[in-house]
Amino acid sequence: MRIIKNPNIQFVKYRYWAYAFSIVVLLIGLGGIIFNGLNWSIDFTSGIAATLNLKAKDPNVAPLPIDELRSVLAKNGFPDAEIMYVGDEANSVFQIKIKTTGKGSNISAEARSKLIDIIQSEFPEYVKGRDINKEVIEEIYEVGPKVGSELRTQAFWAVLLALIAMIIYIWFRFELTFGLMGILALFHDVLIIVGIFALTGKEITMQIIAALLTIVGYSINDTIVIFDRIREDLKKNRKDPMPVIFNKSINETLSRTIITGGTTFITSACLFFFGGSVIHDFAFAICLGILFGTYSSICVASNLVIDLHQITGKEKKTLQHLTKKKK
Amino acid sequence: MKKFSWRGLSIVIFICVTAFFLAPLAIPNLPSWWSKHHLKLGLDLRGGMQILLEVDTSELSATDARNAVEQNIKIIRERIDQFGVAEPTIQKLGEKRIMVQLPGVSDYKAAENLIKQTAMLEFKLVAPSEEAKRVIDAIDKNISGNLDKFPALAELAKKDKSIIADTTSTDSLQVGTGIFSSLIRPGEMDFEVQYSDVRLIQELISDTLFAQFVPIGYQLALDKADTENPRADRALYVLNSAPQLTGADLAKAKVEYGSATSTDPRVANKPYISIEMKREGARKFERVTADNVGKRLAIVLDGVVYSAPNIQERIAGGRAQITGRFTATEANELAIVLSTGNLIAPIKPVSTSIIGATLGSDSIRKGTFAGLIGLIIVALFMVIYYKGCGFIADIALVLNVGFILAMLTAFGATLTLPGIAGIILTIGMAVDSNVLIYERIREELDLGKAPRTAVDAGFKRAIITVWDSNLTTLIAAIVLYYLGTGPIRGFAVTLAIGIMSSMFTAIVMVRAILDNFVLTGTKTKLSV
Repeated sequence: MRIIKNPNIQFVKYRYWAYAFSIVVLLIGLGGIIFNGLNWSIDFTSGIAATLNLKAKDPNVAPLPIDELRSVLAKNGFPDAEIMYVGDEANSVFQIKIKTTGKGSNISAEARSKLIDIIQSEFPEYVKGRDINKEVIEEIYEVGPKVGSELRTQAFWAVLLALIAMIIYIWFRFELTFGLMGILALFHDVLIIVGIFALTGKEITMQIIAALLTIVGYSINDTIVIFDRIREDLKKNRKDPMPVIFNKSINETLSRTIITGGTTFITSACLFFFGGSVIHDFAFAICLGILFGTYSSICVASNLVIDLHQITGKEKKTLQHLTKKKK
Repeated sequence: MKKFSWRGLSIVIFICVTAFFLAPLAIPNLPSWWSKHHLKLGLDLRGGMQILLEVDTSELSATDARNAVEQNIKIIRERIDQFGVAEPTIQKLGEKRIMVQLPGVSDYKAAENLIKQTAMLEFKLVAPSEEAKRVIDAIDKNISGNLDKFPALAELAKKDKSIIADTTSTDSLQVGTGIFSSLIRPGEMDFEVQYSDVRLIQELISDTLFAQFVPIGYQLALDKADTENPRADRALYVLNSAPQLTGADLAKAKVEYGSATSTDPRVANKPYISIEMKREGARKFERVTADNVGKRLAIVLDGVVYSAPNIQERIAGGRAQITGRFTATEANELAIVLSTGNLIAPIKPVSTSIIGATLGSDSIRKGTFAGLIGLIIVALFMVIYYKGCGFIADIALVLNVGFILAMLTAFGATLTLPGIAGIILTIGMAVDSNVLIYERIREELDLGKAPRTAVDAGFKRAIITVWDSNLTTLIAAIVLYYLGTGPIRGFAVTLAIGIMSSMFTAIVMVRAILDNFVLTGTKTKLSV
């Protein structure tokens, strides 16, 4: 069974269409980042995130309406609390997120005890007869302001360092132009995903940063498979012009690119649909990342190498470097 | 019998290691040396609490600071052991952070208190009332010129003026005439603070700026809040700031109960902590009590006065009691903290998370389900697409998942939810190496080569690509590990193990199966 038999799609010839598409998507994403801003989760700012189960033990007590919870919290000093249902409304499980602002190192811890106090004193009928620590609080997570900003710097460095390490590796294994363009394609992928998160207002959590790094790893993997083939084909056909060889290599690896993209996409989609709420956004980011990563590997990364070579006129030098015989 | 080969050996080792570490998951009654290796679940999967603590080493020298963190970890571990938590994780993070994970703990308040309590025990003399009044007057005077530095007090002063202006209320209850003394009034023996002002006074006492306005050699301290009546007025003490004895002089602390017949209502039937001092401490205690008969000696814990008994006579033997309206739990915690010793430097939690057990088991169930579905789909696809060779790849795939779990067990790493996600992703990516190789073999077959030559050539070419592409992903995983925290590390670890084991299975194991079982004799067809 074959997906496509001996494909010969003109990726190189029509690369400017791909560029145009990428630029449009990037611009939309950038617009989202600029106008909507990024919704940094409390991991990176400071505050508390709580998942509370407020289903009353007494079946005669009507389920707590989310608006009432909202207004009570607002009255008690948390007007900006974000509240939403976790799962089905009838379960009365709420996720409450409160961002804390201020300098005190204890503000988040204080907000946490205050929140629990409010729940206990304002909603006794929902807490009654249940252990607050075991049954009501499903999860409480609190981040002080210091850790928040530290994590943000840490996440930034993580992504940057990973990229630099990869440039160096590709530079070492191939050539600098390939390294730079490969990474440019990665920036493209990451920026698009971040843009989509900005547009949809989804939170950037520590998990999402991990997802971005996974995408980076995945997409560079894809790109390198193509680069590898290009290197090999360049050695085999020294006479053909570069664009022809590039196109040939992309086509030769096309079925592998699609199959691997497909299997990884399927497993991430399983995670997205069946993995539960905690991992939902993470799986969402990975799914998107695989789509755009595969696209950029096929249509953007190697094509950019061609264009940069044409601009700098270093085509010959690169050819010599890549095809020189190894000991 | 086949000739010895390194390849064969490595495959045998791979399978044995996987089987050894996975066995405890599947077989219940293994001997303990075997079953003690079992997969640890992260807090996000089994519930519990995690506290990230920061050690405040600002007042210590560089070497002391380093020791302080180690020392604190030891003390915290001892406290948690006495508290009774199974499998706690206590580790140093970076220079001065300590991560404490307590699986299964639901009474998080008690746990948090126990850990972060510094329990700075000090014995300090209480200033006699005349002296104390002079100190308060001095504070009043010092502060009146610097009101702008204390916005809360300045506001109070403004309000006060307006009250004084329209009533000629008697000031007889006031201690002095300044703004600070307006917050306190004389009590039976010490000053008293109304509940509504307690918070403000607490803030002032802990404010280092305010401390500069307290005459040198003195310090202010409140007494302990009454747990049964938290809104009661509190006493304010003026203490000689030099401690006569500290927690370092302490040898033992334990909880005892006052006899029911005791005439002192603070002791009768109530828990108290009896302490025993070291020999040196006992001598000091004897000297202090001898020199200060008639004065009061305050027992100060973390800046709060627990009791301030009158010194009736010289006390030898080095025994004392800390009474002070405890509940039984409080007394118990305090005794643990006192006998495990003081934290060398104060610590404070910088982030806390509490995860209920329900959420965790839910995550495991859903994550496993998602993983299984993904695994089945990918495996089916491989068999349909690559037929016989696809089946070999599937064997490798299942072994991969097993190997990741086995390695996590072997390293004592914990499986977290992002870790499960990492495994699921690896399922998708693990077939990549096989796909690369099989596609190559197909190409070679298309060129008309015989199966054996096609397999040889296909592997030879594809291996370069497999290395290059996987190493870059490995770079991402390593960076993730070094810069990530907690669950993210779990993800990085599973990803890295997954990459390595998938490379191994694809390059070594699948190859061996092909060589030994499929390409036997002079086969002319290969099911790929």
